[in-house]
Amino acid sequence: MSDAKKIKVKVFRFNKATDYLPHYDTFEMNVTKDELVLDVMNRIKWEHDGSFSYRRSCRHGICGSCAVKVNGKPTLACKDNVLELTKLFGDELVIEPQDIKRAYKDMVIDKENFWNKYNEVQPYLVADIDEFPEQENLVTCEDANKLDEADYCIQCGNCFYACPAVEVNEDYLGPAALVKAWRFNSDVRDEATNERLETLQEPGKGIWDCVKCNECAEACPKEINPIDKITKLHQQSFKNNMHLKNVATRHAVGFKWSIEKHGILDEGELVRYSEGNLGVMKHIPEAIAMYKRGKIVMPWEMPKSKNLDEIKKLVDIASTAKY
Amino acid sequence: MDTNNKTLKYALYTGCTARESTPELLKSTMAIAKKLGIELVLLDEASCCGASHLQDFDDNLSLVLNARNICYAEKLELPLVTICNTCQLNTAMAKDRLDNDSDLKDKINEQLKEVGLEYKGTSEVKHFLYALQDDFGYDKIKELVTNPISDINVASFYGCHNIRPSHLQNKSNGGENSYKPTSLDNLVEALGGNPVEYESKNKCCGFHVELQNPTTANKLSGTAMLDAIDNDADVMVTPCPLCHLRMDVQQHNISKEIGRKVNIPVLHLPQMIGIALGIDPKELGLDHNITQTGLDLEVPK
Repeated sequence: MSDAKKIKVKVFRFNKATDYLPHYDTFEMNVTKDELVLDVMNRIKWEHDGSFSYRRSCRHGICGSCAVKVNGKPTLACKDNVLELTKLFGDELVIEPQDIKRAYKDMVIDKENFWNKYNEVQPYLVADIDEFPEQENLVTCEDANKLDEADYCIQCGNCFYACPAVEVNEDYLGPAALVKAWRFNSDVRDEATNERLETLQEPGKGIWDCVKCNECAEACPKEINPIDKITKLHQQSFKNNMHLKNVATRHAVGFKWSIEKHGILDEGELVRYSEGNLGVMKHIPEAIAMYKRGKIVMPWEMPKSKNLDEIKKLVDIASTAKY
Repeated sequence: MDTNNKTLKYALYTGCTARESTPELLKSTMAIAKKLGIELVLLDEASCCGASHLQDFDDNLSLVLNARNICYAEKLELPLVTICNTCQLNTAMAKDRLDNDSDLKDKINEQLKEVGLEYKGTSEVKHFLYALQDDFGYDKIKELVTNPISDINVASFYGCHNIRPSHLQNKSNGGENSYKPTSLDNLVEALGGNPVEYESKNKCCGFHVELQNPTTANKLSGTAMLDAIDNDADVMVTPCPLCHLRMDVQQHNISKEIGRKVNIPVLHLPQMIGIALGIDPKELGLDHNITQTGLDLEVPK
């Protein structure tokens, strides 16, 4: 075929039942412009090695089974075009499972941690619905839009396995479960909003442990923008008065408090405000190190934004949330 | 100046850290701008961008304040440049929402009207790194290098908020492939240094949970820094002062968490450029860095 391009595909191979260590197999193949990562995986299985294992089902980007990483990029194998990927990464593509540490066989990983997190947020509608209603439970377009596409999630796990907070903190619920929490917390029919919010406040586990890296927004094949839903859950926590008064929530509020005073942030005071007078003590060693290097502005030297009156007035009229 | 173009001029949104905990960032930015003949007008009216936290509490307030900051660049009829990744993301995100939603823009402008301002959407918002790459050009920087940072292995650390989410960054800010960014590595090469290839260059430093979850923050910074060290980096460089605050200031806590000594100097983007341009280390504020480089690169030739 004239429009075919020769590429090298390196695939991760591992069988938990028999192998001590994983290895990579390399295949050279001609790829045409319409071929997807799933086509390449199929060809490896059908033409080269029948033992090559991966999950697949719908082939239409709706079942979320075939998610893998290509050169570190979370992809949905049935959605991502191979030649487009070579434009990003060159002619050698490396196909790996979403999380190497959880590999069972080749691309097939154990997603138990993903589903466990999911189950923690009551991922279903909680509503008292008449068993024999006379008509449908109507939801207006305006109300449906409040879900903000959170219902598009296909549970592929790309965001979850791309999340660095999940990687280092096994308690953190992660973006997929939080998107699901928003999917029902934004549903006008649901009655468990505050119960979910309560779960989501838990330090180390809930919404306040998001590192704001935007990896989830990048990884999502359905363009759901999970971090945006996490932000909405933060806002809903304040709105419903479900937030705990702790360092994380005081930190968010502290910005308003500091901006109102100086326009720019008073960094030292913000840490004190967030941590409290006692908690701030643990930062003294680094504060001393910073002071020695001229990195601490003393309270009496704190710079202020020009036209501070304007900022104060805007804080006054534009504030919409309460703590 | 040596460039053939007319003088580049920008409104500089310094952000808060450059005025407080990373004074070296502002010093070195101004020093290299002077050397390159780029005019930077300080936006002294600007407030904090909310640093990705204020919007968790009050979205409307965060939008109004960011719109106000942009208004002052618009008044000057200048593009706005940032020197902090998080300022960049927050400012660009506000701009993107206002530019694509006329109802929202009207609502925000109603509030800004109270202080005699109007957000129009006429100023571009980009990080100084991309102004240097796309407007000034690395070729011209290369011509001005008098003190090439040769024989130095430099690990570029890009920082999340300059490269993700790409749907936003593609619009005004460099728009590089977030899985394989190149802007900093190419710059290192233009300055005569050796770019270090390592996996963590586009990863997160954990700054935004530093207070509520220092363990997560230290593990993330530590993983990235050890990756750089294990790939023979002599020094790291970042365009983000928040990454810098973690990786330069927190090395002690990071080492404690990781159980391995993490000790590597971290430069701000303009400090690295300034060194190669032969600017006096004092002017680049190198004495403010907690982890001193201990390398010859501090001495201008």
